[in-house]
Amino acid sequence: MKPTEAEVLGALSGVRDPELDEPITDLKFVAGLRVAEDAVDVRLRLPTPFCAPNFAYLMVADAKEAVLSVPGVRSARVVLDDHHASPEINAGMVEDRGFEGTFPGETEGESLDELRAIFRRKSFVSRQEKLCRALLAGGYTSKELAEMRLEEVPVSEAFEKYLSRREELGLDVSAEAPFVVDPDGNQIPEEAVVEHLRFAKLTRLSIEGNAGFCRGLLATRYGIEDPEEATP
Amino acid sequence: MYEKDGEKYFVVDGHVHYWDGSPENQANIHGKQFIDCFYGYHSALSPEEYLWPEDKFQKYSEEDLMHDLFEIGYVDVAIFQPTYLEDFYVNGFNTTARNAILKEKYPDKFVLPGRFDPRDGEPGLEAFEEMVEQYDLKGVKLYTAEWNGQSKGYSLKDEWAKRYLEKCEELGVKNIHVHKGPTITPLNKDAFDVADVDEAASLFPNLNFIVEHVGLPRLEDFCWIAVQEANVYAGMAVAMPFIYSRPRYFAQIIGELLYWLDEDRILFASDYAIWQPKWLVEMFVDFQIPEDMQGEYGTLTPDIKRKILGLNAANLYDLDVPSEVPQPDAVAAGAEDNYPEAPIR
Repeated sequence: MKPTEAEVLGALSGVRDPELDEPITDLKFVAGLRVAEDAVDVRLRLPTPFCAPNFAYLMVADAKEAVLSVPGVRSARVVLDDHHASPEINAGMVEDRGFEGTFPGETEGESLDELRAIFRRKSFVSRQEKLCRALLAGGYTSKELAEMRLEEVPVSEAFEKYLSRREELGLDVSAEAPFVVDPDGNQIPEEAVVEHLRFAKLTRLSIEGNAGFCRGLLATRYGIEDPEEATP
Repeated sequence: MYEKDGEKYFVVDGHVHYWDGSPENQANIHGKQFIDCFYGYHSALSPEEYLWPEDKFQKYSEEDLMHDLFEIGYVDVAIFQPTYLEDFYVNGFNTTARNAILKEKYPDKFVLPGRFDPRDGEPGLEAFEEMVEQYDLKGVKLYTAEWNGQSKGYSLKDEWAKRYLEKCEELGVKNIHVHKGPTITPLNKDAFDVADVDEAASLFPNLNFIVEHVGLPRLEDFCWIAVQEANVYAGMAVAMPFIYSRPRYFAQIIGELLYWLDEDRILFASDYAIWQPKWLVEMFVDFQIPEDMQGEYGTLTPDIKRKILGLNAANLYDLDVPSEVPQPDAVAAGAEDNYPEAPIR
């Protein structure tokens, strides 16, 4: 069975920029894709040559893993274009050196797991705030939110995304689990819900603002359309 | 000085540069990539009529700078932030020595911060002391992501950083501008993490820590620190230009800063020549929180804008403010009584 371009793109859409919390396909970070029989070539690009190399590495490594997960793909080459660490990252990928081996002496500890975990927590906090905000605007009170169980949350696309982030963190996603929890899974008491959300809103603003900024930079850098372009 | 609708504003631009990013000065590919990155910021977030061609952006003249800041840009005093990057540029990108030439020529127009690099150790400490004396420095700009030989960055928690900050306290260098940016070792950590500012600000309560570009993209971490440390300030460089391209996002940033910090700890900055103060000042004075967000963030009054545009920075650097500019006491900041008023689009 030969893999199709659509299948590969589908797999790549499961790779997120950990910092912007959006798929690399939506962010237009996939600059090129070639499927030749069972071999796949992917080219990735980023908004600036100085985007953090650790996040860059994560996306390149995740993309390679995603492509290799497509049935029928036997080899995958993922190349990062135009980045200050492109030579190191691309060479590291070819030889499967891992992050530590790609940047010898520049890391501490073994992997990027801790960094990834930090941004998964942020993503969860942000998604939860967005959902709560919509519920409050729809007439729920903060008391009702504090008492809500997952099965009582109205189903929506935002809720699905929230659940996936929650699951990624390893938190309880059973029907009876409390809805408003911190990233460690502790239920937020009723009197603390508003303060919790106020602070969570900052996390969401950071992620959304950063995503907007990066989209604009990418659009400028590669002369592509920015969906959020200024309308003064 | 800027005047609009009968209101006068003393303008301190908290972050301006006089750089040389030209090909002749680029030491390697990273020097090219760095100025390309700045040009990307410039192109992505400037109104079209303020866009420069690339070669002018790489290296502009003294006349350009004086014209853009003081002749048309309403700036009364500009704070000259150095960015050394000596690993990327033959003569450095934008050193204190280069800034000092203009400071000497126009002493009333500029505040001149210096810089230290804790990785320079003991010899650096002596050189820093000489620099403070030579230029009568009252501030420094630190770029923790700066490369230095094998090292790709440092933390304010480092023992040597503390030694340098002690020296600052001793010499009366009281304003510490901290700039966060990508690439910092260890590479598997978050390069924009502002947590090291927290520790430094607690350890040195007599120093002021101005976090440039308000810690973006880590606004929540910055606010968390600023709530706890009264000597932490928000520098608006890089956040300002969103006023044009993403005004609703800008409204939220300024609204959050007013809520978490209050109006006395926010400093206007253009980051010239990435952006120009003229349009930023004009748009900021005209700016209001969109109506549907006012329940959450309140409104911006001329007094709040006056503090952000100049009075707060004037306080930090003991600048003389003309008596015609009102100097308000504390004013009510954004309220945010009704979280959340409506979902943000």
